[in-house]
Amino acid sequence: MDNTLFKQYQQLLKREKRYVRVYQLIILLLFFGGWELLSRLEWIDRLIFSSPTHVWHTFIEKVSDGSLTLHVSVTLMETVIGFLAGTLLGTLIAIVLWWSPLLSKVLDPYLVILNAMPKVALGPILIVALGPGYFSIIAMGALISIIITTIVVYTAFKGVDPNYSKVLQTFGATRWQIFREVILPASFPTIISTLKVNVGLSWVGVIVGEFLVASKGLGYLIIYGFQVFNFNLVLMSLLIIAFFATIMYQVVELVEKTIIKNNG
Amino acid sequence: MEFLQLENIHHSYFSSTQAKEVLRDISLAIHEGEFVSFIGPSGCGKTTLLSIIAGLFPATEGNVYIDGEKLSANNQSSIGYMLQQDYLFPWKTIEENVTIGLKIMEKSHKTHKVTANALLQEVGLPHVGNNYPRELSGGMRQRVALARTLAVNPKILLLDEPFSALDYQSKLKLEDLVVETLKTYKKTAILVTHDIGEAIAMSERVVLFSANPGTVHKVFEIPKALSELSPFDVRQHPAYADIFQTIWKELESLG
Ligand SMILES: Nc1ncnc2c1ncn2[C@@H]1O[C@H](COP(=O)(O)OP(=O)(O)OP(=O)(O)O)[C@@H](O)[C@H]1O
Ligand SMILES: [Mg+2]
Repeated sequence: MDNTLFKQYQQLLKREKRYVRVYQLIILLLFFGGWELLSRLEWIDRLIFSSPTHVWHTFIEKVSDGSLTLHVSVTLMETVIGFLAGTLLGTLIAIVLWWSPLLSKVLDPYLVILNAMPKVALGPILIVALGPGYFSIIAMGALISIIITTIVVYTAFKGVDPNYSKVLQTFGATRWQIFREVILPASFPTIISTLKVNVGLSWVGVIVGEFLVASKGLGYLIIYGFQVFNFNLVLMSLLIIAFFATIMYQVVELVEKTIIKNNG
Repeated sequence: MEFLQLENIHHSYFSSTQAKEVLRDISLAIHEGEFVSFIGPSGCGKTTLLSIIAGLFPATEGNVYIDGEKLSANNQSSIGYMLQQDYLFPWKTIEENVTIGLKIMEKSHKTHKVTANALLQEVGLPHVGNNYPRELSGGMRQRVALARTLAVNPKILLLDEPFSALDYQSKLKLEDLVVETLKTYKKTAILVTHDIGEAIAMSERVVLFSANPGTVHKVFEIPKALSELSPFDVRQHPAYADIFQTIWKELESLG
């Protein structure tokens, strides 16, 4: 009896999942189909909004002349490095602040200011300071997520129940041991969730950076397409960005699942 | 000098707006292998006193001597402290939880597994070493916490209401287990509790504190006839009710 009920329940779940997938597919088809249709009927301006077939042609063209691979790999490299650097440095600063309560008190107002500040506004200064190249673009990708990472992770460190530390203190643990055995593992879920936010932020930083200086990369393609009024190129770049940003997000989610599984 | 000696302990907490006197002139002597309970109204400073004995922070005045040695920041390893909740680390397995103290003290890793298994056996949980704390019931977790505390072979055990979060049946069982284990290893122990019955059932002496500021109000000796029994049997003993009444009245008189 229980068994058949359970089977029914499983079937119900399966059916629901299938429905969800079907509707998701319908939305996707509607979007591209509608876009194509509206553009063919000239209800929207083809010059500005392009159409899926035109975007596709541009895509094939750029793939076959080899230029797209270059642009994509440059942007991906910048984003991944910017993302890792931002997250690592942010966490590192959080560790330093946790280590020195006095320093954290001193720096508190500056963190607030830096966090409130729109980081992309620093773009021109970065470019002047670091030179117009990969380096300043990566710096943009990192800078945009450092401060928020610092603040969120430091808050997580401080939020760990002090009784856990107390347990270790009674064993005579050093501050470093307490950090390694309690503070860091207890904060892993928070650190992972900042990773997710930082994926998005790093893309913003890198694309804006490329707007400003680059001669390669997807951000450059967007600006270039805009300047020569080739919106096929702009929309293609956008779709590619959406694709890779999603992949990166999925990878982070995968990392999260494996870590949280061992983490209780 | 006794095994654990508290000498004129005063303690105040300071904040930006006030200094709050929590403990005043506490002097106590506890001999080796003795089991003593602290009871008293909420906020009278029991946890504070336990933390001072555990070396978590120094008292604002006074000294603690353990085995003739003055307690200071760098010789606190001889004390096991069990908190009200188990505070097992959710990201560590039961075995890792039990041996964390040994790891911190950097004792050789080879013996850890053996120690963990023996201790888990001792507290009646032989097969959970590879599980995670979330897979255990509250009573089981508190047993693991006991094993973790015993793992570093402390000279003195401090128990701060370790059973208060448990259901009555688990609590009675755990009381028996703790007393039995401590007797086997001849450990000195201090138990903080709100439960007069528990204090009588487990200890040889009950110290009643009064509040604001915390001072030793009265000390009750539990007759040998009772303290030799297991906690469960003490509760059945004819003399139990009388002692309970005496302490209860005294506690009431504190208001
Ligand atoms: N870290 C602290 N800073 C300031 N005041 C504190 C601190 N810890 C405790 N107190 C105060 O000291 C007093 C004694 O606290 P303590 O926790 O030692 O009492 P207790 O006897 O253990 O109480 P309970 O039976 O409720 O556990 C309380 O009034 C409490 O508000
Ligand atoms: Mg308390």
